[in-house]
Amino acid sequence: MTVQRLPERLRVRYTKTGRIRYTSQRDNARAWERALRRARLPIAYSEGFNPRPLLAFSLALPTGCESGAEYTDLRFAIPGERSIGPVVSPEATADDALAVGSLLDALLPDGLTVVTAAPIGEDRTSLQEQVTSCSWIVEVTGMTETELVERVATLLDADSVPIERERKGRRVTDDLRPSIQSLDVEGGGSSPGTFRLNAELATKPRGVRPAELLRGISPNLRLVRANRRAQWIDSDGMRLEPLTHDGRLLGAAAPMAAESGR
Amino acid sequence: MNSLFTKIEPLLFAVEKPARYVGGEMGAQYPSHDPGVVSWLLAYPDTYEIGLPNQGLQILYEILNENPRALAERTYAPWTDMETAMRAEGIPLFSVENHVAARDFDLIAFNLSAELTFTNVLNMLDLGGIPIRTADRGASDTIVLVGGHCTYNPEPMADFVDAVVLGDGEEVVTEITDAVGDWLAIPEDQRTRRDLHRALARVDGVYVPSLYAPVFEGIRQVGLEILDPAAPAVVEKRTVADLGEWPYPKSQLVPLTEVVHDRLNVEVFRGCTRGCRFCQAGMITRPVRERPAAQVADMVANGLERTGYDEVALTSLSTADFSGIEEIVSGIVSDPRNDGRVSVSLPSLRVDAFTVSTAASIGSVRRTGLTFAPEGGTWRMRRVINKLITDDDLFAAVDAAFSQGWRRVKLYFLIGLPTEEDADVLGIARLGARCVEIGKRYHQNVTVTASVGGFVPKAQTPFQWHGQDSKEELERKVAMLRQEARLTRGLQIRWHEPAATVAEGILSRGDRRMGAVIESVWRQGGVFQEWSEHFDLERFTTALDEAGLDLDALTTRTRDEGEVLPWDHLSAGLHPDFLWGEYQDAIAEVGIEDCRWTPCYDCGACTTFGIEHVVASNQPPAGGSQGTGQGLDLSPTPVALSTRPA
Ligand code: SF4
Repeated sequence: MTVQRLPERLRVRYTKTGRIRYTSQRDNARAWERALRRARLPIAYSEGFNPRPLLAFSLALPTGCESGAEYTDLRFAIPGERSIGPVVSPEATADDALAVGSLLDALLPDGLTVVTAAPIGEDRTSLQEQVTSCSWIVEVTGMTETELVERVATLLDADSVPIERERKGRRVTDDLRPSIQSLDVEGGGSSPGTFRLNAELATKPRGVRPAELLRGISPNLRLVRANRRAQWIDSDGMRLEPLTHDGRLLGAAAPMAAESGR
Repeated sequence: MNSLFTKIEPLLFAVEKPARYVGGEMGAQYPSHDPGVVSWLLAYPDTYEIGLPNQGLQILYEILNENPRALAERTYAPWTDMETAMRAEGIPLFSVENHVAARDFDLIAFNLSAELTFTNVLNMLDLGGIPIRTADRGASDTIVLVGGHCTYNPEPMADFVDAVVLGDGEEVVTEITDAVGDWLAIPEDQRTRRDLHRALARVDGVYVPSLYAPVFEGIRQVGLEILDPAAPAVVEKRTVADLGEWPYPKSQLVPLTEVVHDRLNVEVFRGCTRGCRFCQAGMITRPVRERPAAQVADMVANGLERTGYDEVALTSLSTADFSGIEEIVSGIVSDPRNDGRVSVSLPSLRVDAFTVSTAASIGSVRRTGLTFAPEGGTWRMRRVINKLITDDDLFAAVDAAFSQGWRRVKLYFLIGLPTEEDADVLGIARLGARCVEIGKRYHQNVTVTASVGGFVPKAQTPFQWHGQDSKEELERKVAMLRQEARLTRGLQIRWHEPAATVAEGILSRGDRRMGAVIESVWRQGGVFQEWSEHFDLERFTTALDEAGLDLDALTTRTRDEGEVLPWDHLSAGLHPDFLWGEYQDAIAEVGIEDCRWTPCYDCGACTTFGIEHVVASNQPPAGGSQGTGQGLDLSPTPVALSTRPA
């Protein structure tokens, strides 16, 4: 698919699976930058001493975790002195956006797979600030299913679940409990002795990583796999995805694009 | 082919930088381990981030995988957290592509680029379940090879390796594959390690230590017995005559995670004849073989297109000397496909305005820092080491840099050089202070950093006989230099740990008895010795005591002309009398010019092998006085800014 016209702003939904899940968010950004250069797409750059390509990612995915719902917002440069390649045009359509998505999909490393893409308008708040919670499937090992079910129940009954974590080089104690919106044991995992948890974790005031959730449940639990299944934007009690699988956007789309609230 | 990945995976959540262990690089190959195909595991004895960009390893990786009779995968030293986890779970060293155990490969070939990584080789073999000592390996154990710059005195590692490869690897890996393949085709109960060693010794450029026995008397080696007729009296290095025939790597690996030199790297020439007497790389890689400029341009354009990198390094020992450098650089900068966003970096030994103007045309407009390597603090010192840069060369280069917007300049120096006096050391601070003064003419605040390393004499160089400074002497010189530098605001001194210089010296010129020392340091837990947080000289001195060896005899003692050197039976082509003559000239403060542009003085590098320099231009580059016989052009340097946006 050749790209003719570019929307100035574009949201891409993609997945991160396989070996590449062991890379960091920073590595992920670099892979995107290389793919954009190979695609010869005129990404816009920030101003200042050290110009960076204008790529905005949603909440950082912890190293080692897979995801079925990652997002990045791209901004392309208004044509200037550039002489080759596609240019930004106000006439760009949803199909043009999809063409950009599939071009990038072919150039990204194995394991980063573009699901869909859509043109977006200018937004004052970043994707990172908009996302209010994430759904996770977490596979764990280290205790029996009965123990695990008990521990989860205890945690949900507790008023507070303090855990220690490192922030800016200092050890601090945070309460996990307010961030746990839902948590249940789904059953056995992919291999004997592993179990699957479903969790929805709020991102405010601070995101919770699957490894931290496990520490809150029991120090004996070990993380086997974790998959971020969805990122949600809470809008008047509706949970909406930043971009649905079929390319519909929050706001532009009717509430059909969203699952109903909790 | 057994993948260990399902056993490795559970460890990866708990270790630092798990991407080190999963492969997945663009350009990675996943060969199937078929019977009859000789399997190579190419190993770098340091972390993934440091080892991955190694060009030598990547070149051989491609050449071997193109050969239907061979296959190659890669491995790197697991960091200490991963090693602990692997040992606890009983997981052996593995390849990063197919996660096959090291001991399931026919060969493991280490790239030895730094002496302080030697103990990591032992650790990796042990972690791989491969007997660390050659004598303990049988007919079915993995064959251990080493190559790289440190192999010009491989004696310290002799007990641990089956064979050592000297020089360029492009051609010899195919010959080794054949020799090993033939040996492996013999039924296991009918073949012996000795047969293998003999077969390897018949390959040019391959040294098999087990076929030689050094003779010692007291602190010295006094002779070398040849134990087998297959072993040549002198093993000569291999040299690829024409780099143009080897446009490798064709698909440079692009890692999923950040590594050092994370950019496209294109080798523009191999070898250097500037003749710096302290520089082992310059001595052992002669003569100069340039890659055709058109091939360089192709490799750059294709490489950028394929990888998506926005930086390319044109690599060699001194890229500013490449015949077509200006056209290559302007070609990259002006190529519309690069959209003005590609920057070029080039290492240069030259210290002159030319280098600065080239840097100005390619660097990004943010003038971060520029580095020069005068190496010696005084003109006298620089004549001794044959780094023929006058003070005025340096000042002109620094003036050009500051006037064109740079605010930080870094200068590299060595201390502990032969004939060095305190005045030469203090000269470093004086040069630095003058550079600060020059900078102040253009900017209010400038920083000049003098980075000072301790000199370690290396095998196959004119200084191979010379006694290095003791730790105490280096410490005294560093302290003196820091004291002097305090007088100048804006001048910073950085220095390399003298204790590490001593350890490097022990490993660089030791004889075969060092094997016991290396093993002891490793058994005491001394891995990653080039990482300061892991380094401890104490382990080395303990090991020397255990082995009854004398630190000073190895490091600070100057050897006699006639003394047997542990590496006398290995040759980089250089005639011993050339090296000795250079040593004497050094002491007499006599310089020697670059033989690319002046008549040959028969060092042996070309004459021994019937080859010659491959250079597109026999004219010395203009703009410097460094051995080119040309006057220094002090006219203003043109500024050409890159199109990279501010
Ligand atoms: S043999 Fe002659 S031309 Fe070749 S590197 Fe030595 S001195 Fe230079």
